[in-house]
Amino acid sequence: MIITWTRRTVLAATVAAAGLGLGLAPLAGPAAAQTPPGVLVVGQIAEPKALDPAAVTAVNDFRILMNVYDGLVRYRSGTLEVEPALATAWETSEDGTEYTFTLREGVTFHDGSPFDAEAVKFNFDRMLNEDHPYHDTGPFPLAFFFSAIEETEVVDDMTVRFHLNEPYAPFLSNLAYPTGLLVSPAAVAEHGSDYGRTPSGTGPFRFVEWQSNQRVVVERNPDYWDGAPELEAVVFRPITDANTRTAEMLAGGIDLMVEVPPVALSEFQDTEDYTVHEQAGPHVWFLILNLREGPFTDRRVRQAANYAIDKEAIVNDVLEGTAEVAAGPTPPAFAWAYNDALEPYPHDPDRARELIAEAGAEGAELTFFVTEGGSGMLDPVAMGTAIQADLEAVGFDVAIETYEWNTFLGEVNPGLEGKADMAEMAWMTNDPDTLPFLALRTEAMPDQGGFNSGYYSNPEVDALLEEARVATDQERRADLYKQMQAIVHEDAPWVFVANWKQNAVTGANVENFQLEPSFFLLLHDVEKN
Amino acid sequence: MGAYILKRLVSAVPVLLGITVIVFLIMAMIPGDPATAILGSYATPDNVEKLNRDLGLDKPLVQRYFIWLGNMVQGDFGRSFSLNRPVLDEILERFNATLILAGTSFVICALLGILAGVVSAARQYGLADKAITFAVLIGISIPSFFLGMMMILLFAVNLRWLPVSGMYAIYGGGDLPDLLRHLAMPATALAVVATGVIARLSRSAMLEVLRQDFIRTARAKGVPERGVIWRHALKAAMVSIIPVLGIQAGFVLSGSVYIEIVFQWPGVGRMLVDAILTRDILLVQGGVVFVAACYVMFNIVVDVAQSLLDPRIKP
Repeated sequence: MIITWTRRTVLAATVAAAGLGLGLAPLAGPAAAQTPPGVLVVGQIAEPKALDPAAVTAVNDFRILMNVYDGLVRYRSGTLEVEPALATAWETSEDGTEYTFTLREGVTFHDGSPFDAEAVKFNFDRMLNEDHPYHDTGPFPLAFFFSAIEETEVVDDMTVRFHLNEPYAPFLSNLAYPTGLLVSPAAVAEHGSDYGRTPSGTGPFRFVEWQSNQRVVVERNPDYWDGAPELEAVVFRPITDANTRTAEMLAGGIDLMVEVPPVALSEFQDTEDYTVHEQAGPHVWFLILNLREGPFTDRRVRQAANYAIDKEAIVNDVLEGTAEVAAGPTPPAFAWAYNDALEPYPHDPDRARELIAEAGAEGAELTFFVTEGGSGMLDPVAMGTAIQADLEAVGFDVAIETYEWNTFLGEVNPGLEGKADMAEMAWMTNDPDTLPFLALRTEAMPDQGGFNSGYYSNPEVDALLEEARVATDQERRADLYKQMQAIVHEDAPWVFVANWKQNAVTGANVENFQLEPSFFLLLHDVEKN
Repeated sequence: MGAYILKRLVSAVPVLLGITVIVFLIMAMIPGDPATAILGSYATPDNVEKLNRDLGLDKPLVQRYFIWLGNMVQGDFGRSFSLNRPVLDEILERFNATLILAGTSFVICALLGILAGVVSAARQYGLADKAITFAVLIGISIPSFFLGMMMILLFAVNLRWLPVSGMYAIYGGGDLPDLLRHLAMPATALAVVATGVIARLSRSAMLEVLRQDFIRTARAKGVPERGVIWRHALKAAMVSIIPVLGIQAGFVLSGSVYIEIVFQWPGVGRMLVDAILTRDILLVQGGVVFVAACYVMFNIVVDVAQSLLDPRIKP
């Protein structure tokens, strides 16, 4: 008896569940109401890692942080040149080892605590001093941006002085980078290692809530020192799948979409309902060539590779116009340091064949490392395949090896010797110093802790980069970088392929939005009707 | 019965320990370490070494395993590197979302599948059977993520009946109707393949039963056809349908990974994929162990329930 009864219960439960399931359909009514005016919904590419500027490394996280925090300095709108933010003025000592900042009066953090020299000192000590009581709120992976700081000195309430252990020209632009954004010491003290989920800065928007995997909400800071923003609030939604992000934009679920996939751009072009924004940034996509062994030890063969690859076709056809052809190692976004006399290597297969014949490298077999995806890598598999076809057209025999991104970095960063002749790579940086200093100097070979995975070595380039790093005069630095670019262009240790144009789409009701060359997302002036 | 349950629980311990060893070793052997993943372009050997030290990854493998295991036994799954919060908080939140999605989907596929199977069998080779068989074959053949994208295009982008993605509306949401609106498309997309499988197997189970003597007897006695099918035949066929439901429940749970990505559902499947890509070791380990523990518990519950239901199965 008991058994029959139990079976019936099971059947009855099934039937009840059936009723529940069928009841679902009528509940699927019209989609949720549109978000109210004044509230901007941003479709992000992923969940943020933390909202602590010292603890994060991803552009995706920076997009939120730049609206919640300020640094001592910031990039002037539309450029990569620094201007005052929380510091109103600064002085650099003759020898370039002391930077003295005068701080802005009357600024408070969102939690009500005052912004002063002690707060600045707290921020840099927390990142750099392992004995600091709040160093354990890290780790701080990009703290080395400020490793030149020997000591942060509080001169008086509103004056702070950095003592550097050697002159370091990129210091100011590193301060403008998100790692240099300033957090509230009181909030760090209160929340400890959970600070990254309860942030407090001085920026135009105040943090309201973070619902994991659903949204981060920030609201207008009416007391913002640079004028309260127009928007009431901003909601950041993580939508990892690019197709879903596109669908949300088309359905009105988000007002602003970043990183529109090239194939989806046409949905938003040629219509009054959307505006497509584009902005070239400090990004360069290139091929590292192995100069230690194989055919690329000969400069003519390296130049031949640069001639052989049809970069126009890659940026226009593979990337659908979301990038521009790169001419050299420094992206044009660093306008002040960019050598505009450089022309990209033209697509000239005949010239490439000549050079290969001169070098006697006809039919050389090349191993080519390609990644499946990764930060700034754009569309690496399709680009790799196009490059393979171009190189085979001039007589190389190219074998592609494809790796998942982190595995790829594990193969490429220690150097290509014994493994490959060429590898894809891309960098986004905040200063013209960073990439060449870390990836083109003789002392930046992998065994010395750098990223010169192709073993390029030219004493002239080394000298130019060493001098540019310590020169405090910007014009002098610009001149040195321009000379470096010309030499590297000629030596061709890389194949210079593309500079990515970041894109975004806004709905018709969003006004005053513009993308920045820094790739940061600044929403202070944006309006939504 | 109490002794049996206890015995099963005790025997689960070595299984779970084995899982901890396997997942720990896999994460230790996988190329690429978390410091490299976090640092990206800036992963110089110096920076990687320092970050690994800060993350506690510089200790010997065996020591790390026992630290992890010891903490986990006390309920401390550690802190996720990539999300900067306790692993267990993240898992519980995500698992809840997955259960809602997979549970709803399972109800849909069980009901529709059995219904379609029974109707098909009752009208064997009739028009209804052919139509259902055709629909079911299409359903089985369409990958769920593709179906999901097509549903988004139709119902969310063109018709604007349903929201594209997420679990709750950003404004004015959070209640049950809101949840159901967000659930409708992913749960249906996830259910389609399993519905097809259940329908096919229910059909053959029913056909098997309908050939048996007791059905002929029932018909001869003058029981109405509806009663024969639903009361007599289905009841007998359920014995072979229920194990299929069990298998499909597992399928729906694991298939939710794709659907969670397409519909941005904040579930555990997407969490594990993201965690593997960012080499978030503790989150992967904790997530796998948690899900494995749930499966083991589920199995014990099923076995115990079966022995309660069927006297032929002795504990």
